[in-house]
Amino acid sequence: MSFSIEQFSATRRLVLQGAGTVVLMSLGNLVAPPALAAANDKYPEEAFKQKADKDAIQALYGRTAEASDKVKLDAPEIAENGAVVPIAVTTTLENVTSISFLVSGNPSALAASYAIPSGTLPSVSNRLKMQQTSNVTAIVEAGGKLYSATKEVKVTVGGCGG
Amino acid sequence: MASTIRVRAIANGDTTEVQALIQHPMDSGFVKDAQGQTIPPHFIQQLTFEYGGKAVFIADWGPAVSKDPYVKFAFKGAKKGDDLKVSWVDNKGQSDAVTAKIQ
Repeated sequence: MSFSIEQFSATRRLVLQGAGTVVLMSLGNLVAPPALAAANDKYPEEAFKQKADKDAIQALYGRTAEASDKVKLDAPEIAENGAVVPIAVTTTLENVTSISFLVSGNPSALAASYAIPSGTLPSVSNRLKMQQTSNVTAIVEAGGKLYSATKEVKVTVGGCGG
Repeated sequence: MASTIRVRAIANGDTTEVQALIQHPMDSGFVKDAQGQTIPPHFIQQLTFEYGGKAVFIADWGPAVSKDPYVKFAFKGAKKGDDLKVSWVDNKGQSDAVTAKIQ
């Protein structure tokens, strides 16, 4: 799955067109992708508030992901209990700096984001809550680029509401 | 008080496999209790594993991580008997830390 940033660029272009040259340059700096949230130690508060996958990835990394068969997402076909869904990801990509998990059917898409310093293997297992049947996406950041794998997990009992 | 963190780190050659289980409610803020009152969000935001004064794994978590969270990863360069420091902090500012020996 790949996410388009055309909408974002269009807005940016409009803003830029309306501005003078000097302003344009400074604006260009402002609109540049934010520093990679996952690369430093600060908790990415904004990214966790985003409802859609696309917005969460944009808030976390400031760029879009492309699907890759080098990202192996291990999730059950059917999760009987949405409160505890075991999900793991591993990748053959090199220079991995972070791995994130998104659940598109949850109130907020981003579930967890892991920083992978050099020397740590690009493989993570964890357990997530799922409110309903939906896609689970793993994002791997490697060499400054984003790669993703997506799988649908059917949930019989939701794990978010009461 | 017993620690909320249970961690097992096993060195196998150059690679150390780490499994951690933490006792925490991980309340999402969407669940109501028996009286119909919403339970406010209460979840771990950051979990850090340090080896030799350097972070080897940092987890940023939202409320969608399951109650009593579990995580597994592996890193290179540690030896049997070395210390691995594990610490977490949640959205209410509570925290816990433990230092485990790598087995």
